[in-house]
Amino acid sequence: MRPAMPAPGPGRPGALVLRGLVKEYRPGQPVLRGIDLVVPDTGLTAIIGPSGTGKSTLIRCINRLVQPTAGEILFRGEDLAKLSGRPLRRARRRIGMVFQEYNLVERLSVMENLLCGRLGYVPAWRAWLRRFPQADVERAFDLLDSVGLSGFATRRADALSGGQRQRVGIARAIMQEPEIILADEPTSSLDPKSSVEIMEILVQLAADRGVPVVVNIHNVALARRFASRIVGMSGGHVVYDGPPEGLADQDLRGIYGGENWLE
Amino acid sequence: MSVPVSAPVAERSWQRFSPGLRLARFAFYLCTVAAFAVSLRTIEIIPEFLYDAPEQMADLFGRMWPPDANYLGPTLAALVETLHIATLGTLLALAMAVPVGLLAARNLTPSLPLNLLAKFVFVTSRSVNSLVWALLFVAVFGPGPLAGTLAIAFRSIGFTGKLFAEALEESSPGSIEALTAAGAGRLSTLVFGYWPQVKPAFWSIALFRWDINIRESAVLGLVGAGGIGVALDTALNLLYWDQVAVVLAAIFSVVVLAEIVVTLVRNRVL
Repeated sequence: MRPAMPAPGPGRPGALVLRGLVKEYRPGQPVLRGIDLVVPDTGLTAIIGPSGTGKSTLIRCINRLVQPTAGEILFRGEDLAKLSGRPLRRARRRIGMVFQEYNLVERLSVMENLLCGRLGYVPAWRAWLRRFPQADVERAFDLLDSVGLSGFATRRADALSGGQRQRVGIARAIMQEPEIILADEPTSSLDPKSSVEIMEILVQLAADRGVPVVVNIHNVALARRFASRIVGMSGGHVVYDGPPEGLADQDLRGIYGGENWLE
Repeated sequence: MSVPVSAPVAERSWQRFSPGLRLARFAFYLCTVAAFAVSLRTIEIIPEFLYDAPEQMADLFGRMWPPDANYLGPTLAALVETLHIATLGTLLALAMAVPVGLLAARNLTPSLPLNLLAKFVFVTSRSVNSLVWALLFVAVFGPGPLAGTLAIAFRSIGFTGKLFAEALEESSPGSIEALTAAGAGRLSTLVFGYWPQVKPAFWSIALFRWDINIRESAVLGLVGAGGIGVALDTALNLLYWDQVAVVLAAIFSVVVLAEIVVTLVRNRVL
């Protein structure tokens, strides 16, 4: 059984270690109040918690789409909080991200959207002329096959359904050949069936490549089903950290507050 | 749970606007009426001229008919020059407006001084009519189509650049966020994130401005900046109204043609 909180030692460093992470959008009103978290090398870590508790902020702090106010973000031993410019872009391309609203470039084709995942590697002029390395294009076709979108390469992204768009979103993240994948509510805009399919694809592709996944998720049942570890957040703190089997109703009350909704 | 059957209902009133807002709206209407009254007094209508206006119009049209067919040759040559001035001027304007537009868009250039500098360029370009720009360039480069082309170009920077910057600012931040998260640099997000989103707006702005510039360049000849305006000016000065009619008809048909071309191209591009 996985330890509730793997200790960051020389033997098991953990892919990602957060230490004392604080984020204040307005001075004196912290959203994250000192988060300490170790993301293990493998498996899916699900972050659950009520809306507005800072789950999205936490995940966006990791790849610095949001600037943390204080604390360390150690990714493979490197503190991402201190980076800027080219080193930051170099770090970002090793971190794949999947978004709630997919965030595809709507007017581009599915293939072009997948190749967006290579923009951290390919110079801008080659991207402009669409002269991507052949290996990237082949990998994109392979990925389209494995997410079940064979034959969609030349379709425009705005012609796809929600579930199909999120498949493109996941494939785009994998195109980066990331060392970790962040997913911010990847299923919240989808119907129940598509949600399960998307989670299956995400877990499968990540496991095939040995990449750990951190996912914000509202749906506790989905979190229990797919996560190897659950982190419960409330009021900007981590209030539960452990395996899904250990998550009791009492913990859920602690995370979300109240009782009546559990029945 | 039981629902109270007859709870005492408090007297509640609701009004769309607060008293202050109502006062402000009244003041606005009052100002509008006052401005209308003042304007009417300022334009100084001379009744005598107003009364015989229909006669004067009839007289003018009488002198224009029949149009002088011999003037068609020189008119067409000047018309082609006008088209060249408009097209080249629009291209020049776009080449200058795009970089300034990138500086003006607040999401792309998060620097207030640079935004303001770009806005200043736009305002300078737009505050002066193209005729005034033409006078300026005629003084510098001498009369001819070069002055006209530059006048059109400088007048158009503000228009195209401002609209291009606004289109950039309206592009969806989600896609850009995704590219940034993938480690894309600024240039890469520009060509792969922003450009696909603003492309329809860009072509629409370019075509619209070209359409405007054809009309504008038709009058530039009045100050000696080349094009069909020169032909119009000559005919007007010599009071050859039958030649004026030919020129006006030519301008009218080219504007209609441009409108048709723009509509067709726009449907293809968008």
